[in-house]
Amino acid sequence: MAAKTSGKAGNAAVDESPAGMVKIYIMGKQYAVPEGLTIQKALEYAGLTLLRGCGCRGGFCGACGTVYRTEGDYKLKVALACQTVVEDGMYLTQIPFYPANKAIYDIEKLTPSLESLVQAYPEFMRCVQCNTCRKVCPQDIEVMQYMATAMRGDIAKTADLSFDCIMCGLCASRCPADTVQYYVGILARRLYGKYVAPEAKHLADRLGELDTGKFDKEIDDMIKMKQEDLRKLYDTRDIEPAEETTETEAVSATEAGTDK
Amino acid sequence: MANQPSTDPYPKHMREAIKKVEATRTRRMSEDFPVLSADDKASLLKKFHPDHKAGELVDIKVGPSKGEKSFKEIESVIQAYSRVDPKGFDLSKIDFDVDVLVIGGGGAGSSAALVANEAGAKVLLVTKLRLGDANTMMAQGGIQAADKSNDPPSQHFLDVMGGGHYHNFPELVKALVLDAPYVMKWLQDLGAMFDKENDGTYITIHGGGTSRKRMHAARDYSGAEIMRTLKDEVINKGIEVLEFSSAIELLKDEEGKCAGAILYNMETEEHFVCRAKTTVIATGGAGRLHVQGFPTSNHYGATADGIVLAYRAGAPFVFMDAIQYHPTGSAYPEQILGLLVTEKVRGLGAQLINIDGDQFVYPLETRDVVSSAIIRECGERSKGTKTLSDVYGIWLDSPMIELKHGKGAIKKALPAMARQYERCDIDMTKDPILIYPTQHYQNGGVKINADAESDVPNLFIAGEATGGVHGRNRLMGNSLLDILVFGRRAGKNAAARSKDTKAGKLSMNHVDTFHKELKSAGIPEDRISPALLPDYRRPETVERQKGQVPLSGRV
Repeated sequence: MAAKTSGKAGNAAVDESPAGMVKIYIMGKQYAVPEGLTIQKALEYAGLTLLRGCGCRGGFCGACGTVYRTEGDYKLKVALACQTVVEDGMYLTQIPFYPANKAIYDIEKLTPSLESLVQAYPEFMRCVQCNTCRKVCPQDIEVMQYMATAMRGDIAKTADLSFDCIMCGLCASRCPADTVQYYVGILARRLYGKYVAPEAKHLADRLGELDTGKFDKEIDDMIKMKQEDLRKLYDTRDIEPAEETTETEAVSATEAGTDK
Repeated sequence: MANQPSTDPYPKHMREAIKKVEATRTRRMSEDFPVLSADDKASLLKKFHPDHKAGELVDIKVGPSKGEKSFKEIESVIQAYSRVDPKGFDLSKIDFDVDVLVIGGGGAGSSAALVANEAGAKVLLVTKLRLGDANTMMAQGGIQAADKSNDPPSQHFLDVMGGGHYHNFPELVKALVLDAPYVMKWLQDLGAMFDKENDGTYITIHGGGTSRKRMHAARDYSGAEIMRTLKDEVINKGIEVLEFSSAIELLKDEEGKCAGAILYNMETEEHFVCRAKTTVIATGGAGRLHVQGFPTSNHYGATADGIVLAYRAGAPFVFMDAIQYHPTGSAYPEQILGLLVTEKVRGLGAQLINIDGDQFVYPLETRDVVSSAIIRECGERSKGTKTLSDVYGIWLDSPMIELKHGKGAIKKALPAMARQYERCDIDMTKDPILIYPTQHYQNGGVKINADAESDVPNLFIAGEATGGVHGRNRLMGNSLLDILVFGRRAGKNAAARSKDTKAGKLSMNHVDTFHKELKSAGIPEDRISPALLPDYRRPETVERQKGQVPLSGRV
């Protein structure tokens, strides 16, 4: 780690943080920032304009994966910069991009099988179950577990367990076997969505109706209506009751699917 | 990663307020707040919706929508000068020569690129951040599609028109609702994992302003699921993508047709000329311009770049004076201020509660109505709950979801929401959360027809950058639908048109003409756009940066 810079370093940080301020190290260089800011806002407070390492600012896009350590601790930790508040003595570095291998495949030509996963990512079978990926995941996903289900060819379980992945790639960055967990995950999810989950019959029925132009006239008639008539139709339309949703309605895709 | 919950995440006065929410919860479980009459809605909107606040709208003095109005923050990028000198720029050297140029790498841009590629066009997709960095990624609630037997597309049509207060362009709405089931089929075929019952039936719920349960979701990662699937497919198809490259000006040919764009590498700051037979703009909205100082739920890149370019090229706007404030932006704690709390929370049964522990609005009115009611409750009626930082908010009673649907329902149906609050040590299954409206969506935008073409020939536009589909107020679940319906239409039509278009001589005369208009209207010459990124520098930083020259030397 870089030595502490002296004098008027960074944005004039000092050794003793003034009240309400904490000191952080952006890639080794010290800055003083107000406490309570997210890491992302702290970088901006320090004077940086972010191009890399900043996306949705809401925890969904995986652009701001951050590795950090706090003073006096040897342990490396991870966070999403947009979702994590700064702590005093944080040494920060962002990993906005990781050069992981993404396989190219034609989803139309695959089967929902172990073979498809292995063909795309033969290296993933080398997983040594060290659980580093699980520890590094900022989403707290059971990464190692879904690698295990993937190795068994259980597409549904792999899809389910990996579902909350935001594709930041931090798992792959720490993997001693060079596997690309997050890419195995999305392949499993696409295979599940396309081949394992049953097709929606009501959707197929509706497409059949649409192909015959069944609804065109109804809509064209509404388009021709005077606004006051359309308004009347809207104001008096019946609303499907928001009755108590059944147990299954609150559960998610794979759990409601064939993975039982 | 959640920090150790050591103390109560809520300060004492907020904890006291929560007790009132808890005290009335049992009673409220069976209490339905009445839906407002049409007249009451109209007067509520007129008095409390931010669009109607005096002094915020300014005149547009130049360009194809001259005489209309928009908000100060948007007007300041629309009526501004180019980042390049339109007369001094060398357009003779072509760096990229393609059939279809797609500007924007979100849901609309990616679907346009996929469909155009499928149709055999040579496609280049450029995006100023990473492929997939877009508001699409952040949409939690879901996507509407009328695909169940009790829900003909005409019912969807009626909901959209009423929700948009009948200002919508009916032909666009017709396209939206009739294409919707095809979009769901496309997503299913691509392997996007939407929530289904055992037999494959889509699980659908209500959204604000829907008359049928028509909202399809992928847990509360609906947009993320769509975006990561489309991104994966764009890469699989080998479509050429330039990341960290923005389009900063459109180009035209001798006949005035759109013919490509000037690209700007955001990292090396180099310019490139892209000649394209047809162009698709899919650059999204304007949340990061922070209209009226509101916080926003939007992505870092939402700075209205595409509409700036299209306007200079001669494409008029519609409804650029209609902004959607999402009723439930997070109001506490500070680090998630403005971030979205999905409408699905209300869809699953959580009510909106004031400081007295009472409801004051039916939670699934349209977004503009709910936002206005919250602003009234916190303002004129003084019934909001104050946070530490002088922000007022309303309680969203999330624990009701678990009471209605059983323990664990929030984790299953709203994992992203639960995680966001866990990171702040708040357990939304046990405690309500504080919300206030946040700038969410640009209802208006560039005018298009049902083929997704603007008034500038060969310039197609899709998604939030357009206006007309949603009238003056969009319903939940119709923007994920919009970007896919019109993204696909733009891709298809741009590819088809490129087949009978001959590449012409490139020019930026339209920009030069626009500059002259700006000058005679007295617009100050230091106004430059598109903005590309929001400016979050502190004034101290700006002051210290004065007089700098680039590190690599004087240009």
